[in-house]
Amino acid sequence: MGVSGPDTIQRPPARARKAIVGAIRAAAQPIAEPVVAILLALLVGAVGITLCSGLLAGHKNFDVGLPAAAYLALLGGVASPDGIASTLNYSTPLILAGLGVGLGFKAGLFNIGGRGQFLFGTVGAMAVATAVGVSQSSYITVPLALLAGAAFGAAAGFIPGLLKATSGAHEVVTTIMLNYVFVFVTYWAISGPLSLPNAHQPITADVTNRNAALPIILGQDGHAGILLALVAVPIIWFLLYRTTLGFEIRSAGANPDAARYGGMRTNRLIVLTMSIAGLMSGLAGATVLMGVVHQIEPGYDTTVGFDAITVALLGRSNPVGILFSGLLLGAMRAGSQTMQVQAGVPAELVDALQAIILVFLVVNALRHWLDRRAARRGSTPAVDGGAAQAAEAVA
Amino acid sequence: MTDDALDASAPALEMRGITKRYPGVVANDHIDLDVCRGEIHALLGENGAGKTTLMNVLYGLARPDEGRILLDGRQIQIAGPSDAIARGISMVHQHFMLIPVLSVAENVILGAETMSNAVFVDRHEADKRIASLAARFGFDLDPDAKVGSLSVGQQQRVEILKALYRDARILVLDEPTAVLTPGETQEIFALLRRLAADGRSIVFISHKLYEVLEVADRITVIRRGRVIGERKPAETTEEELAELMVGREVELTVDRGESHVGEPVLRVEGLRVADDRHHEVVPGATFEIRAGEILGVAGVAGNGQDELVQALIGLRRCLGGKVTLLGRDVTGLSPRGLNEAGVGYVPGDRHRFGLILAFPVYDNLILTSYYRPPFARGLMRNDSAILESAAAQIERYDIRTPSARVLTSTLSGGNQQKVVVAREFDREVKLLILDQPTRGLDVGSIEFIHRQIIAKRDAGTAVLLVSAELDEVMEMSDRIVVMYRGRMVAELDGRTADKGDVGLLMATGGQAAATQKEAWA
Amino acid sequence: MSSIPQALDALPILGILFQLLGYVLANLSVMSQTTVAVAVPITLAALCGVMCERSGVVNIGIEGIMLTAAFVGWMVGVGASAALGVGTPLPFFGVTLPLLLGLAAAILVGMAVALLHAWLAISVKVDQIISGTIINIGAAGITGYLYTLIASQAPTSAGSFAQYKVPDQVADLPLVGWLINAVLSQGPIGLSTIVIVIFLQVMLFRSRWGLRTRAAGEHPRAAETVGIDVIWLRYRNVVMSGALAALGGAWLSMEQTNGFNANMSAGRGFIGLAAMIVGRWTPLGAFGAALLFASATGLGTSLAIKPPTGDLGQLMAHVPGEFWEALPYIITIVVLAGVIGRSIAPAADGRPYERESAT
Repeated sequence: MGVSGPDTIQRPPARARKAIVGAIRAAAQPIAEPVVAILLALLVGAVGITLCSGLLAGHKNFDVGLPAAAYLALLGGVASPDGIASTLNYSTPLILAGLGVGLGFKAGLFNIGGRGQFLFGTVGAMAVATAVGVSQSSYITVPLALLAGAAFGAAAGFIPGLLKATSGAHEVVTTIMLNYVFVFVTYWAISGPLSLPNAHQPITADVTNRNAALPIILGQDGHAGILLALVAVPIIWFLLYRTTLGFEIRSAGANPDAARYGGMRTNRLIVLTMSIAGLMSGLAGATVLMGVVHQIEPGYDTTVGFDAITVALLGRSNPVGILFSGLLLGAMRAGSQTMQVQAGVPAELVDALQAIILVFLVVNALRHWLDRRAARRGSTPAVDGGAAQAAEAVA
Repeated sequence: MTDDALDASAPALEMRGITKRYPGVVANDHIDLDVCRGEIHALLGENGAGKTTLMNVLYGLARPDEGRILLDGRQIQIAGPSDAIARGISMVHQHFMLIPVLSVAENVILGAETMSNAVFVDRHEADKRIASLAARFGFDLDPDAKVGSLSVGQQQRVEILKALYRDARILVLDEPTAVLTPGETQEIFALLRRLAADGRSIVFISHKLYEVLEVADRITVIRRGRVIGERKPAETTEEELAELMVGREVELTVDRGESHVGEPVLRVEGLRVADDRHHEVVPGATFEIRAGEILGVAGVAGNGQDELVQALIGLRRCLGGKVTLLGRDVTGLSPRGLNEAGVGYVPGDRHRFGLILAFPVYDNLILTSYYRPPFARGLMRNDSAILESAAAQIERYDIRTPSARVLTSTLSGGNQQKVVVAREFDREVKLLILDQPTRGLDVGSIEFIHRQIIAKRDAGTAVLLVSAELDEVMEMSDRIVVMYRGRMVAELDGRTADKGDVGLLMATGGQAAATQKEAWA
Repeated sequence: MSSIPQALDALPILGILFQLLGYVLANLSVMSQTTVAVAVPITLAALCGVMCERSGVVNIGIEGIMLTAAFVGWMVGVGASAALGVGTPLPFFGVTLPLLLGLAAAILVGMAVALLHAWLAISVKVDQIISGTIINIGAAGITGYLYTLIASQAPTSAGSFAQYKVPDQVADLPLVGWLINAVLSQGPIGLSTIVIVIFLQVMLFRSRWGLRTRAAGEHPRAAETVGIDVIWLRYRNVVMSGALAALGGAWLSMEQTNGFNANMSAGRGFIGLAAMIVGRWTPLGAFGAALLFASATGLGTSLAIKPPTGDLGQLMAHVPGEFWEALPYIITIVVLAGVIGRSIAPAADGRPYERESAT
């Protein structure tokens, strides 16, 4: 076997090194873009904070150290058990709703209705808690309430799904419209049927008094909802990648014509996917009600709907990615109050950062995709502005 | 070198040595073309011969790699469509560039609007000019009618009006009669003669022999990017033109051998299909295919083949007729139903119907069977079975890919098609429907796929092969039918058919010159 | 005027409907004024949407543009009046220099945000829904952030534009007096809106710009083949439409009130999109739809403040106030779902255009 000494001795290590580098590169590639986007956004945010400190907030000079203090306070929450508990509390609904939005993206559907579905799920959970919780123990009430939250959320997602499947009404517009409808439905429900009979101002019952509060499992406030979220991640992942239904959902999003040829009933898939997405957001609402706020007044609202879109985009519609981006955004939300108090930087910075991250993410992704396309010359340009394309480009 | 003064004796348009290369193909290879004032000059050639590319160069939609263009003897550079229009060159595209919701007048004046002041369009004036142009050249159109409500023939007249409104001196029409009825065709010809008499030059791109002979003053034949010959109608015949268009040699790549024909597998009776615009493009197809036989459908693209194939595979509803597979009525069955009944399909548009490019190879290999054992049990996918089967198919069908897990988009065109072929061929199929199976592929892949098709045939499968590549049809088919305007107009034996004959049939539908003229009168 | 409803009350079967009609007639002058006022920002948002979508670009970031403009207008007004002094208001519309500067800044910033959306949608070719959503999130975040910083210093705002006061003789005219009063009792932005509606309607359907815009939104390739630069046209239109949305935002913080609160736009950008859809992508239709939506809100408010009596009152007591607020959104969904199969939006709406390469 003609062995030439020095070459053979060199070849195996060189090959092994290349293999390791290749593996690292393969693993790193999908997370590189979100990470780059986040870092760039933090940089831009730092510049913004510094500028504002000099121009606006009454500090008379540009405080270059302010961003560092702000970010430290923002993300420093993870240092203490209470901080971790707070992060997990914030992350729970973000992960749950983000999974729903991400599932929609995979199917080519743009579900902006997270806010309405969340609120309607809250109403459902509250209704069950009020109705059942007086007489039943928490072993019965808690699961029932969660179930109701999920069911109400699913119903909220079913409507736009059905409309799209039957009449082609675009789900972006119908879900946005339904957001407002559900805001008003929730307002009415809280001030009407769900409000306590003897209260001066309309206010619902406290779920703790109705055996419907989620148990605390970490620190002072860390509720069990996070377990739900952590379980949901592998479930959704399994659904998407290990079942035939998940294959159909992904196919319908990637190429509805080929999916049709493969025998998949795309209309049914649209309704099903929107319902599941609504279910997740409704469940998110239930966990927040039963784990954090416990009692709600008219005007109760949430930013989870839009946050979930960020989480899904950052996580590239992948359940594991969504877990991490949900945790990140949850940590930021949890730390935002601390940041406002300690560093004097308003909590709304988190929203601003979200948007900047997304800008960098989408611009980066497209450039990447364009490079890949140029290298593969002759392929057809994408002219479809659909969500699946966007999600794929981001993914 | 360039002559500044207008040369009155020079042809209105000259294209000299035009060469245009795209990746992998020379679309135009040193083409010379000249068109005189008041002349109708036909550009004849098969699909893909390079006619449209040449006209895109003229219209500024493509820049030539070599060659020059002269207008009235003066060399010019055409920067883009607006530049071409400004120089008096107008193009009537094969797929109309009309906006259905706007009116005739709005479509005509778009881009060259008649203004009553700096801001507002002068509708009155525009209507007047359009009416007078239309009257002058003998057709009437209501300027306020919405273009979407017009017939195809009328829409084409709107396209021509666009050119006349801009005082086009050179009119290029790309396959103008492809969508017209015989009556509308005669009307267009009369219009073109009037325009020519008015001193305008007309370039008429076509593959239809009879029409070209009828209306052109001169005919230039293009094949594979080169000018093959130039004739005057009086000096040539349809047969000669057909031979020039398709060439006499058939490029054989495989020897298909003898076929052993069995029972009829597919029987189609009176199948009627409509296109996306609800026109009945297949008025009633009747044919049958037997086991162990390849039936080739020759025809110029756009004669109803797409719609027929889509109806046969369940992707398009049929308006009427009956389809039976081995005696069982399968009319109107869904794609999955037909798949389960033993029908395989290689779609013409493989990126749209055949593959999900964003998915890995193994997913595409089970696109139609993902729900069946062993690939799934109930809702659960069986990944190991899927990968095992994929590896075997990659091996068997020589799919050049690093693994089954790579995204299908990274494969070359030939290997992508092999994925489709592997999926559809690698099982017991009674009927295979193949639509342009080797379009755009490299020679190696073409040969491989052809061998696979013949192997299937020899194993007893009935094969329907639809292809715009006449060579492919000639080489592969045991029997050949020609599709013309949605009808099977002729049937030939694959062993004895002559390529020129088939080409003629593709271009004329088999009607003798006299019969055709009568039908249109 | 008030005897008619009493007479109609007596009719048993249609009594409720006539009671409603009577209620509306009795409260017409107040209701109509509120209706027109509420319709102003919705209309401006809808007009922004019409301009964008007619050109072929979907813009759901209108809400974000409005919010940003509302904030910037207020903020610059604050800064200007701090630097220049509030100044004496002019007799018409209470115009002062800081207010004008604020308005100008609002419009410029609105156009800048629209430019961002245009760039993302047209050149980077991001999904246009995502692009609009990013703008909404960013606007809420950045304006909230900056507002919290500024508000902590107890700033004084520059005030607001005043309404035009219709002379009593005109307002008291029979039959039409209430209408004229309602339409004309607006501030400068409100009155401009009505003018802009008519202007855009005429321009869209009779001018060269309008024709080319509509072509670009329906069939961009056809437009290119006759020499129209679709990309440039879309950029221009989207940026200009940003000015309209900005005007709507400025109305919020500088005409309706004189201050800013977080998330002031409160979904008007989305109602504007709904009005655009119900109005079938025409300026006049959008205005009509906006009036329709605003009247639902107006009716709801009126019913809450001045509840009717009798059977109508009993019925209305059971209808929650939120129903009226939700009504515009419900109407939009019904309209959308009712248009089965037919697409009434511009055909190329939302699809990025690839210019055919010249090589």
